[in-house]
Amino acid sequence: MRYLPLTDADRSAMLSVIGAASIDDLFVDVPEVARLDGPIHDLPMHASELSVERHMTALARKNIAAGDGPFFLGCGAYRHHVPASVDHLIQRGEFLTAYTPYQPEIAQGTLQMLFEFQTQVARLLGTDVANASMYDGSTACWEAIGMARRVTKRAKAILSSGLHPHYVSVAKTMAKFTGDALETTTPTLAAEGDIADLIAAIDGDTSCVVVQYPDILGRIADLSELAAACQAKKALLIAVVTEPVALGAIVSPGEMGADIVVGEGQSIGVGLQFGGPYVGLFGCKEKYVRQMPGRLCGETQDADGRRGFVLTLSTREQHIRREKATSNICTNSGLCALAFSIHMTLLGEAGLRALAETNHAGAVAAAERLAQVPGVELVTPTFFNEFTLKLNQEARPIVRALADRNILAGVSLGRLYPGVDDLANGLVVAVTETTTAEDVETLAAALQEVLA
Amino acid sequence: MSINASGWRPEAPQQGTSAAPTFTGNKALMLEEALIFEIGDTTTTGVEVAAPAKVESLLGALARQKPIGLPGLSEPETVRHYTRLSRQNYAIDLGLFPLGSCTMKHNPRLNEKMARLPGFADVHPLQPVDTVQGALEVINELAVWLIKLTGMYGVAMTPKAGAHGELCGILCIKAALEKRGEGHRKVVLVPESAHGTNPATAAFAGFKVEDIPATSEGRVDLEALKARLGPDVAAVMITNPNTCGLFERDMKAISDAVHEAGGYVYCDGANFNAIVGRVRPGDLGIDAMHINLHKTFSTPHGGGGPGSGPVVLSEALAPFGPLPFTARQADGHILLIEEETAGEDHPDSFGRMTAFNGQMGMFTRALTYILSHGADGLRQVAEDAVLNANYVLRSLDSTLVAPFGPSGPCMHEALFSDDNLADGFSTIDVAKGLIDEGYHPMTMYFPLVVHGAMLIEPTETESKAALDQFIGALRSVAERAKAGDATLKSAPHFAPRSRLDETLAARKPVLVWKDPQLAEAAE
Repeated sequence: MRYLPLTDADRSAMLSVIGAASIDDLFVDVPEVARLDGPIHDLPMHASELSVERHMTALARKNIAAGDGPFFLGCGAYRHHVPASVDHLIQRGEFLTAYTPYQPEIAQGTLQMLFEFQTQVARLLGTDVANASMYDGSTACWEAIGMARRVTKRAKAILSSGLHPHYVSVAKTMAKFTGDALETTTPTLAAEGDIADLIAAIDGDTSCVVVQYPDILGRIADLSELAAACQAKKALLIAVVTEPVALGAIVSPGEMGADIVVGEGQSIGVGLQFGGPYVGLFGCKEKYVRQMPGRLCGETQDADGRRGFVLTLSTREQHIRREKATSNICTNSGLCALAFSIHMTLLGEAGLRALAETNHAGAVAAAERLAQVPGVELVTPTFFNEFTLKLNQEARPIVRALADRNILAGVSLGRLYPGVDDLANGLVVAVTETTTAEDVETLAAALQEVLA
Repeated sequence: MSINASGWRPEAPQQGTSAAPTFTGNKALMLEEALIFEIGDTTTTGVEVAAPAKVESLLGALARQKPIGLPGLSEPETVRHYTRLSRQNYAIDLGLFPLGSCTMKHNPRLNEKMARLPGFADVHPLQPVDTVQGALEVINELAVWLIKLTGMYGVAMTPKAGAHGELCGILCIKAALEKRGEGHRKVVLVPESAHGTNPATAAFAGFKVEDIPATSEGRVDLEALKARLGPDVAAVMITNPNTCGLFERDMKAISDAVHEAGGYVYCDGANFNAIVGRVRPGDLGIDAMHINLHKTFSTPHGGGGPGSGPVVLSEALAPFGPLPFTARQADGHILLIEEETAGEDHPDSFGRMTAFNGQMGMFTRALTYILSHGADGLRQVAEDAVLNANYVLRSLDSTLVAPFGPSGPCMHEALFSDDNLADGFSTIDVAKGLIDEGYHPMTMYFPLVVHGAMLIEPTETESKAALDQFIGALRSVAERAKAGDATLKSAPHFAPRSRLDETLAARKPVLVWKDPQLAEAAE
């Protein structure tokens, strides 16, 4: 087997050093009933690199990849161009095959990168501090709700109808076990979101309000009044960003007063990958840092007075605090955080703003064009790179029919909100720098045909 | 705005200090590197973006006016920055990485290549399911392997990491108890030697955590456990092989006793590498066990994730597993069961744990690894991992104290204590001495049940020659610690940094970079 360097001669020499007659002697502690006497039945035996590659390639070919044709899906995962150097650099063995930096003297590469990542994320989200990443946006969102409970000592969270329904699902799952009360509603195909309703709903029992920006339909709303309303009732405002490229074009939630800002960082540096691994972003006001979940990297000095970095405030974490930890999270999403950080460094502020502008302009042009198709109406008057169309019939079969023409037309709200009749005609369309004007034209023409 | 107008790398030069006697602070191939905030600026970019279409903005009053403060570098500078940083890391690719309980084995590059096939890497999680049948087949095929390798009934694929998998297993147990009308069972028993995530997870789910006593041989005390079982006990969480590197001989008896008392058995599968292909946890009565794909199945650790933690489940717990999951129909078509159809297909599910379909990129890597090894190769993995660990144990047990050495063979990791080091010397001094020898240290001070624990897991991908050199190095460092060699107290001497002040970092946390000029002006 090509990954196992021991030879049979090595094995017998080592057994004699150990003083064992055979390998089986090393497994004596396994109860006899549970010992397997040979390879498990009906599973294939080892295979060459070439034959494994053939098998995996055949499976990959059964999928339609985003790059295979016009592609317009978003709703929490976005297709952006990732510069070639990002993937090259994250495959440096010193990054790829390193462990969590528990021995900082020989992990400064990872640690400095995390410190840079935390700073980039904090600046992007408009928060004072950020952690070294979470599993993904949905789990970061739930962790923020849990953190708000610890900070406010209250357990009622109000979730905006514009929050991604999968994020709502995750929060509902967790709340069943922690006893948090969640107030949720489904969105409507309206120009405006539910900021006014959220403000009215905040009371003295509210731990937090969770609002997505831009929201699941692509709408963007000023969060300043909501932040002030939360503050007045001593509740926290949690803002969720699933498309961080947007923050190159619009004011960040932190700048509008959000206490905790979480996000899905996949858009920057990390590919679609059918949903994972992604990278959760988590930032907050400095005063809440000791209630924050997840790993943190901090600056310090070595014994010779040189600047260096270490994992810090680990007294919040499970390996020290055990059952009293702020969260059970152990790992972060280190390599995806690295990809995010490298891509963000390549972009820089100038590149991020240019990218955001191109995304927005492309989306505006696409929305205008698609709204000209008979039977199509643009629902969202303001948006970044994703907008919602209302079709004259259910969107889900239309998406299906367009897929047969090799066009991945967007996310039907029927898929995200099954059984909600008012949303069934909704189609959420995302446009990024990877979308060409021809792609939009192809979609418009095909949509016209299938709607007719 | 320039973040650092001078372009000078202010932290790099350390002229005249003994630590760095050169003008640059560099020592030949050991290169210092400034922060991107010190070398980049907000006008530089390493990408070219197509000019925007000419349209009216729809952003209104929310259009960004103020700067964000994100530095950019050109592509050559970016490649150099991260390449220089990478060289300050130790990694498996550089040498043996004996971190106990972490299974730092070789990461085959075929796995990376397969994960990057556009049909896997460039697929959106919300595409119509008939456009992603290949991706669903990967999930399904891997699921079948995991079920057969563990002898379990079902598997939840979506958990994002080991601790997330633990949470999944514990939530299944909680849901099952509630369904039985036994939500009053509030106690989860966890051995003191367990990973910290075990008690943290149980506490998160609202359980009260109590210790399970251990025997002097480092295993669960079966009789004491039996005595504690009762109508208030929901589950036990046991790591097997345990964190002392030992197989729990009484595992089947433990499971039987827990089941008889109405509880469930959660197994922390962090150490599955020691038994894969030799023992099926299902045969030991386990109800739920997470599998760290980044340990046993070689997906890269990446400097701290991403991980992946599928959970295999017994027949009793499988109905409660999370959404979404895949189901293969008779015609070969694979369905993705989500909230929409869960009411009919999976009514007892405890719900969704994460937005999409789990760590697909890790599934492709793990399946590639599994297919490469096959059933025979995976069995050999466990055998060689256990052989290598016992070789380390017996080669060093006359130098260091092996508290459980006399009781028999270890599994995949060898455990030593700091009991015979000189006064004032502890495990950390041995660890830092190993750094100077060119190794990543072993796991230190874990498990907590052994004084100054040194937990060494060589894994199966080390050759005998690599082990011999490591053993020689550790023996040499240990002898110095036993002799009270003071130079060890200030080790490492040859690493990019000497010992770092963790107290300072925690007392005045500096978690983000602040422009020193702005910071000064603010004071």
